[in-house]
Amino acid sequence: MPKLRKPKLPDAVVPPPLRKPAKPGSAGTPKGQAPTDLKETPERKTAGDRMLDLGKEAPIDALGWVDQRLAATGFLTGMLFRKVPKGTNWFYTLGSATLFAFIVQAVTGVFLAMFYTPSATQAYASIAHINNEVPLGQLVHGMHKWGSSVMVILIFLHMGRTFFFGAYKYPRELNWVIGVVLLILTMTMAFTGYLLPFDQRSFWASIVGININGTGPVVGPYLSDFLRAGPELGATTLSRFYAIHMLLVPGAIIALIGAHMYLVVKLGTTAPPWVKAERPKVAAPVSQLDAGANGNGRVNGHRADGAPVDGEGNGTSV
Amino acid sequence: MADDANKVNGAEEAPIKERVKPDPPGYFEGESMTRRHVFTVASQAIGGIAAAGIVLPAVGFAVAPIFHRGKERWEGVGPVSDFVEDTYRQVVFTETEGIGDAGKTTAYVRRSSADLDEEPGKFVAVSNRCAHLGCPVRFVEAAGNFICPCHGGVYDFQGKRIGGPPVRPLDQFQTRVRDGQVEVGPRYSVTSQMEPVRARDPGEFTGGIWEYLYPPRPSTFPPP
Repeated sequence: MPKLRKPKLPDAVVPPPLRKPAKPGSAGTPKGQAPTDLKETPERKTAGDRMLDLGKEAPIDALGWVDQRLAATGFLTGMLFRKVPKGTNWFYTLGSATLFAFIVQAVTGVFLAMFYTPSATQAYASIAHINNEVPLGQLVHGMHKWGSSVMVILIFLHMGRTFFFGAYKYPRELNWVIGVVLLILTMTMAFTGYLLPFDQRSFWASIVGININGTGPVVGPYLSDFLRAGPELGATTLSRFYAIHMLLVPGAIIALIGAHMYLVVKLGTTAPPWVKAERPKVAAPVSQLDAGANGNGRVNGHRADGAPVDGEGNGTSV
Repeated sequence: MADDANKVNGAEEAPIKERVKPDPPGYFEGESMTRRHVFTVASQAIGGIAAAGIVLPAVGFAVAPIFHRGKERWEGVGPVSDFVEDTYRQVVFTETEGIGDAGKTTAYVRRSSADLDEEPGKFVAVSNRCAHLGCPVRFVEAAGNFICPCHGGVYDFQGKRIGGPPVRPLDQFQTRVRDGQVEVGPRYSVTSQMEPVRARDPGEFTGGIWEYLYPPRPSTFPPP
């Protein structure tokens, strides 16, 4: 396979840490010497060329204007160019896949809400209308319906990956807890969404689901009354489920996904358990080596140059 | 170190007037709270009251249906002569109003008999809602049993559980006779000894200690 040449990016879009330092003598380097050709009269550009230059620089100028006010470059650089451990593989995409499934649910859900009527007498007819008469309605409804199962499957696979790779351990326990809350909220979405078509399956599945809730001792009976908004599944039950499905849980999910991803970027990801830590290049006394590896490809208690940092090997000062 | 701090630009040490230092720091004589502390507490309290003023009514609005009992509803299901002692007649009536056919429910009605019931000559209306998870049971004439299609719950002629996962007998509806018509009313549950108690949801035990573990809900009607 022929190796493709790396495209040259304009300096303005490359984050500062990765920019090549300007050559001494070029413009904008105060310490360099003045370019030798400065004395010669520069070529006069035509009006067309000047317009072209202006056009080329306009998007970068606009980006710069925004960035000067947001100071987002540092954050985006840290997030997008962060280091990942050796051995990172396709299993690590399960979280992003779940996020993508959620985005699909959110987008298709918004468009379904344009045609759906959350009323016990009209819900079934409005779903039939979406499926049979609205152009591409069946597709959008199908994406939402099957996508919900996809999201539940992906979130469990993501959870399994985290568990089997030991990625829930210190210092990532809080992220595991947030993830479990996200799992519960996803199941809540799946449960409340099931009633909305209001056909026979929705109706009986929701009755069974609410009754399972009711079997919890002491609070169970009140919980089912709360879910149904009364002693029997009635007209308010549907609007209640609709409000939970549409407004309450999605907001909570979006907020928690934000926290989840913040922690992923902040703490970094783990290497798979089969990736062994690298030995330092310079030999060190055995007594300091057996302090153990921390899985980051570094041996605790040593800097990259092999100089011992602290004898306890607690891994914090590497 | 403190001496160094008192020097101004390395000048000769001048006698500095001893300032009155409050003890504890930040407090002046006779004060139990600093001004800052008072305002912190006050603004947090006012903020808390304002937040409660918004959150409490909203939560109450969502939770209120738990404590609301609807109007008692009676519906005629047929003339007295339609019902006999030794088999059930299936009737359909509206239990929840406002949601069309979804609010209808099925009951099996018979005349009470001296052999099975305490008071003969009245009417017994057995709900078709399975006491396991709420699926609809049907009365099988040949077996004289109620059978649930979902998880295989079986009830005898009276509605007592004789097999499968249900936790109690089938619910019943109150009955009365008005102008020669049998009318069915609010739902109630029964214990394994067929004693009426307030309506419970399917899956909840009745009788004994279970009356406390699955407390009666304010949204249900008292049993007959």
